[in-house]
Amino acid sequence: MVAKFSIRHLTFRYSDGVALRDVTLEIPANEITVVFGPSHAGKSTLLRSLNRLNDLIENEATEMSGLVLLDGKDIYRPGVDVTELRRRVGMVFALPIPLPLTIRENVVYGLRMRGERRQARLNELVERSLRQAALWDEVEDRLDEPAMRLSGGQQQRLCLARTLALEPDVILLDNPTSGLDPLSTAKVEASLQELKADYTIVLVPHSVQQAARVADLAAFLLGGDLVEVGPSEQIFTRPQEPRTEDYITGRFG
Amino acid sequence: MSRQASEKIAFAILTILAVVVVVPIVLVVVYIVVQGIGAVNWEFLTAFPRNGMKEGGILPAIIGTVVLTFGTAIVSIPIAVGAAIYLAEYARDTWLTRSIRLAIINLAGIPSVVYGLFGLGLFVLFMGLGTSIVAGSLTLGLMTLPVVISTAEEALLAVPQRIRVVSRSLGATRWQTVRQVVLPNALPGILTGVILGLERAAGETAPILFTVAAFYLPQLPRSPLDQTMALPYHLYVISTQVPGMPLEVQYGTALVLLVMVLSMNLVATIIRSRFRRRRQW
Repeated sequence: MVAKFSIRHLTFRYSDGVALRDVTLEIPANEITVVFGPSHAGKSTLLRSLNRLNDLIENEATEMSGLVLLDGKDIYRPGVDVTELRRRVGMVFALPIPLPLTIRENVVYGLRMRGERRQARLNELVERSLRQAALWDEVEDRLDEPAMRLSGGQQQRLCLARTLALEPDVILLDNPTSGLDPLSTAKVEASLQELKADYTIVLVPHSVQQAARVADLAAFLLGGDLVEVGPSEQIFTRPQEPRTEDYITGRFG
Repeated sequence: MSRQASEKIAFAILTILAVVVVVPIVLVVVYIVVQGIGAVNWEFLTAFPRNGMKEGGILPAIIGTVVLTFGTAIVSIPIAVGAAIYLAEYARDTWLTRSIRLAIINLAGIPSVVYGLFGLGLFVLFMGLGTSIVAGSLTLGLMTLPVVISTAEEALLAVPQRIRVVSRSLGATRWQTVRQVVLPNALPGILTGVILGLERAAGETAPILFTVAAFYLPQLPRSPLDQTMALPYHLYVISTQVPGMPLEVQYGTALVLLVMVLSMNLVATIIRSRFRRRRQW
């Protein structure tokens, strides 16, 4: 197993309490790692610490300690190019948030901001990323319409395509199917299974069922503590910790 | 009293209050139109004043007001929009930004005649610009800053935060985010603020009194360092300084000024409603 991310003793504190407490976790390359648990477990905070999106919190004092290594290098060391980090570690959010631009402009946004001007390259990436996100067939003849006209499920796949167009190493997905119907959810899950050949995927799932469906490696968070981590088939059939078992069998959460 | 009855009474009182707001505006407009429409004709709009300003037209004052409005725009838009972007997108809550905000609030409260005296002191005398279009535009521009900054900042803050986060998560820098996503969506709101500010500048008398306005000029201004006539000051002059001035000419002048200001207002309203229809979140 090659660790893409090594999280070591990560503690993250908001002004009103601890969100992550001494979390140590290895995230393997080319697998789907699922971080699951009840609300306020620290799942989103963990995800956002992987591409330093927590840096954008402005109205509140936050405090972080511990290490996050990407390919063995500390992403919080001084002199790290954060925009380049965010390109390598792309993020898809819980709610689809298209930028108020056209479908095509949404997909190429990150590339254009990096200075890519070659039209042929942009067009190629538009098609490839939309295909990877299983959206191409539905939008190929209306790429210049506003992205807001797409349905919720289509918007979420557009957001996935937009992240894929950055050609990242890692894709973070924070509850990407929360607003989607079962059919769209199935489409997104299917594309994830195909994508893991080329990408490392970290997903906060919508439900325990989704966690069990898509995970290769599963990590259970509870109140900021990493309770248990292991291969999917072990966590969801023979959990070692009683708290994990209680949660996945629906006794709380 | 039953809940239904008190609901009806509250509704009635609020309706009356809302109507009370409208009545004076309508009365002012109707009164000025009725009194002044007789004076307004082609000559009035295109000729110079004659016979001690009792006859002829008000062309130089109209041109002067248009020029001063553009001058004000040139002075205030870059500063105000820049400041608003700084406050909305970059500034953290520090003593510096708090004092900037305090300064803006205080600027908004300064009487316009004080701006006029300040402009006289700084631009006309100290900087040696003389009573000129430049000095007047700088003074009016300064006066409109607070209005434009506050509305522009509000327009920027109305763009949802989540859109900024998404843009940054795609590797865009802060400035790219502002330039590509935030600013285009805030532009109609910013324009509204700009127009409201300019509208106020177009109608002000006191700030131009000492800095640019001329009692009477036989020709149009030729350079930014010339004085110019302007509608509000012209109106003030013909209403108070010229004995035997026909009332109709005074109201006609007021009508022209009113129409100019109200049509700017109309443009602002149209932009705003277009924006609301097009808004995508």
